[in-house]
Order: sequence, then structure tokens, then C-alpha cells
Amino acid sequence: MSVITAGARDSGVVTWRNLMNVRRQPDLLLGATLQPIMFVLLFAFVFGNSIGDDPAAYREFLMGGIFAQTVAFNSAYTTIGMAADLEKGVIDRFRSLPMTRAAVLVGRTASDLAVSAIGLLVMSLCGLLVGWRIRGSFLDAVLGYLLLLVFSFAMSWIGAWVGLVSGSVQVAQSAGFIWMFPVTFISSAFVSASSMPGPLKVFAEWNPITAIADAARDLFGNTARTGVLGQSDSWPAQHAALYALLACVGILVIFAPLAVSKYRKVASK
Amino acid sequence: MPPPASSIAVRAEALVKTFGSTRALDGVDLEIPAGTVLGLLGPNGAGKTTTVRILTTLLKPDSGQAFVAGHDVVADPDAVRRSIGLSGQYAAVDEHLTGYENLYMVGRLYGMSRADASKRARELISRFRLDDAGDRPAKTYSGGMRRRLDLGGALVAEPAVVVLDEPTTGLDPRGRLDTWEVIGELVADGTTVLLTTQYLEEADQLADTILVIDHGKVIAGGTADQLKAQVGGERLEIVVADAAELAATARVLAEVGSDTPTTEDHQRRVHVKVDTGPKALVEALRRLDQENVAVLDVALHRPTLDDVFLALTGHVAEEKVEATETEKTKGRKAKTR
Repeated sequence: MSVITAGARDSGVVTWRNLMNVRRQPDLLLGATLQPIMFVLLFAFVFGNSIGDDPAAYREFLMGGIFAQTVAFNSAYTTIGMAADLEKGVIDRFRSLPMTRAAVLVGRTASDLAVSAIGLLVMSLCGLLVGWRIRGSFLDAVLGYLLLLVFSFAMSWIGAWVGLVSGSVQVAQSAGFIWMFPVTFISSAFVSASSMPGPLKVFAEWNPITAIADAARDLFGNTARTGVLGQSDSWPAQHAALYALLACVGILVIFAPLAVSKYRKVASK
Repeated sequence: MPPPASSIAVRAEALVKTFGSTRALDGVDLEIPAGTVLGLLGPNGAGKTTTVRILTTLLKPDSGQAFVAGHDVVADPDAVRRSIGLSGQYAAVDEHLTGYENLYMVGRLYGMSRADASKRARELISRFRLDDAGDRPAKTYSGGMRRRLDLGGALVAEPAVVVLDEPTTGLDPRGRLDTWEVIGELVADGTTVLLTTQYLEEADQLADTILVIDHGKVIAGGTADQLKAQVGGERLEIVVADAAELAATARVLAEVGSDTPTTEDHQRRVHVKVDTGPKALVEALRRLDQENVAVLDVALHRPTLDDVFLALTGHVAEEKVEATETEKTKGRKAKTR
């Protein structure tokens, strides 16, 4: 059997195992579905009425940001999943088997991608309830969702690396989430980057989350509000979808090898 | 170079591994002839698990080399992984998968087809007496059942070498007996087994050869009998009915035994070291009978591995309390026989 088919088979087996875990513990889905719902409602009704003069338009602006934030948080679930497998000795067993080295990571990121897709679906329905609409073409909308899923997958590889480095579920629970907050908030996810002070503005402009949020707004046709809030004239803002895709590729190129090499050496406690 | 003799299933030479300033392994050599069981015996932190992790390719040694089924663990880890089955210190079963699904998954990851993996999983489920529980999630299993399932995972690919890292640590006595039975069957099949344990009785029961390891070094090796012989012969113990006869008993035992008898007045017991075993026992009873001493109880105690460990390391093995418990039971059985 070729290396690639063996790798695909091993990854498929691990994905199956992870999805069986989700199926038998439906509460695992709570974090991935309730959190985005909570964010949609909080931002739409707590902030929505105080930012700008048109709450409905802000809500529409907001959805792209919450989409970006939600798929970014996928990395934290990967972190915890990897750390849990490590702690329980499951990784030891996998590493003693003649299976493809990367399969445990591919399996984990693939099953988390599936969970992330469910989260996107739930969030979209919730968005429709608070007045969000897809105003662009069908094709653009499909591209929008694809871009979000690719970003989710890329973020998951950062999460896998963080999980293997943290080594225990307890550490992973804070390590997985803590860096997400500055990364997702210093972006145009909830407010326009152009309103931020100097260094934060630069960070926000080049933050992939900004690009994902902007690209999602473009592709879903939610651009009515952007003019009012002010669009940055930086290169990433002008080429949001392209920059977002490049950022995904960049993350994968850096973190997939890092995670695989950490996996090869990792020792459970 | 791989070992020339194919009859050696596992060979390690001068393994060294340090973690920071701790020298976890300080030059460990070992050899396991194919089809035999090697017991690696030592307290917590002696280096047992580090040895296992190197031999199963989970860890690279700082220096030294090791071959499993003829394959170099550092140069050809994939070939080693195809030849081994590992059952860890804590049962690494997925508790949300059923017993069957756990074994099926491992089979698939060994590269078996769906049909083969499924068939093998069913076989092992029934071999390890999990038929009733095979389709329940493993989280509903008892500790002993989980351990059996984990052992099953190590056997899925019928590997040449099975590595069992403390297979009964944390199990209740019933789970331990259960697990011993399974390992016993495995050994009868001719599989080569490397077993680590901190239970002296376990090594005594299951292993052909025992290596005692402490502070990362092998400090003694041999069969259980050889190790016991290193500590010295057996002790003959006599309990008399009447305390007045203790002096006469001590006199007899002094003639039969090979050192000065110890008298414990309170228990009306006299014991002495003997070199000739059962012969000395018969001789002592004959003479006591001639002197009309009423003997209440008699026992011949062979030194336990606990004694061996104490003699070799100057400290007792871990789990002292439990080890003593089992020895008491053993002693009682010997007496009633």
C-alpha cells in the first residue's frame, strides 16, 4: 500500500474514532454551538444598540466577525482534545502502532473541522433569527463558508501544537483559550480596525482574523455598514479574501510540521 | 548489527537515558530468548518504564542500542512497531468506544482490512471473556475488564513480542488474578513477553527470568530460584504446644539448622535457617517426636523475592503492605497442606 493511501486510511480511522466520541458525548458539542449563539445574542443586543446609529446594520456587520471568531476558537477544542488523548495514554498506544505519524493529528483536525461545520450551521441559523441575511450570490456564499472552514482547519493545527506542548488537560484548558482573546478582539471582528490606536491598528490590519471577517462580509454581501464604520486602506483590507487564504496556507506551512515533529517526540506524563 | 541468533527476541545493550540531571537509565543490558517471559522488577522510578518506552520506540536512548525481533529501535522504529504489542501502565482504551470498537480500531491501525480487523476483534473479545460487554462503551467496564481489553489491544496483530508495563498496578486482587490468568495463557502460546512489575509475587508467578533494576541499573538477574538462592536457604519454623518445651525444640533445631535458632516465647515458636530443605524438616520432626515434644504447627519458608529485594538494595520494594499480605496467605496455605 502506498504511503498516501496508508496515511489516508489511518487518518480516517482516527477521525472515525473522534467522531464516535462526539456522538457518544453530545455535550462536547455544547461549547462549539452554544458559545457562538451566546456571542451573536450578546453582541447583537448588548453592543448593537450602542455602536452606531443603526443596530440592524451593525448586526449584519457583526456576523462576519463572529463567524471568524468562532472558527478561530476551533483551535482551542483541538488543543484540549490532543491534551486529553495525551493524558489518557491514548497517544502512547497510537505511537507504538505501525501507523502513519501524522494520522493522529490529521484525524483530530479533521473531526474538529466537522464539529466546526456544525457550529457554523447553528450560528448561521441564529444569525438569520437576529436579522442577518446573505445578500451576495450563491457562489460567493459557498466560497465564504469554504474560506471559514479552511481557516478553521488551519487554526486547528495551531491548536494541536499547543495541546501537545501543554501536555495536560488542565494546562490546555487555559493555554488553548487565553491567546484567542487578544487575537480575536484586536481585529475588525467586532469594530472597525481604523478606529484603533497606532500599534493595535497595525496588528488588527494584518491580523488574519480581520481578513477572514472582512472576506466573509464581502462574500456574504454584508458590506452596507462597512462604509459607515470606515474601511482601512491597508493591503490586507483591500485584498481580504486573498490575504485570508494566504494566511491559512502560512499557518499550515508553519504549524503542521511543528505539530508533527512535536508529536514524534512527545511523552505523556 | 542485528543479533545473529534469531532465538533472541529482544536485546538491549548499555542503554542510557537522562532526564535533566536524573540518570533514569544508567547502562541497562538485557536479553530475552524468544518464547520466554522476562520480568523487570523494581520500585517506582527504578527505570522500568523508561526501558519499556525505549524498547517500544516511544523514547530514544541517549546512548546504547536495542533490537526487538531483530530490528534496531532507533534506526528502524516502524519495523519494531510492526513486531510488538504494548499494554501500558494505565489501560489506554477509549472509554467512549465499545470494547469491540477499541480492538477494531487498533487492528485497522496495524493495517488490517476492515473484515480482518472485525474478525480479530470478535475473537479477542470472546477470548478475554468480554462477550457480554463487547458492545458496551468501555467506560462501563470494571478496572479488570479494561485491563483485559487493553491486553487484547496488544495482541491484535499477534505480535512476536508483547510488552506489558505494570499490567496489574492499581487493580484489585480479583482483577489481578484475572490478568495473571490471561498473561499465563499468552505465555503458553509461546509469545515473548517483557513484563515490568513492582509486585514481587507477580514476577515470581509469571516470569522465566527476572532482572532486578534499581536507580537505572540492573542489580541482579536470574530465575526466581536463583535469586532466592543468593539470599540464602529456607527457614524451618516450629510452633510447640507447651512453652516448657521451647528449650528442647531450640536444641533440636540447632543441630538440624545451619545457624542459631531464634526463639519467640510469646508465640511458642522457634525458627532456624536450613540448607537441606524438606530433609531438615523431616529430621527435625523425627527428633522432636523422639523427645516427646508436641508440635502444633510446622512450616518451611522459602525466601520471597521481597527478601531478595531487601538483601540486594537495602530497601524494601514498593507496595510492601500488599506483598506481605499475599505472603501471609501463601504461608498459611503451606501450613495447612
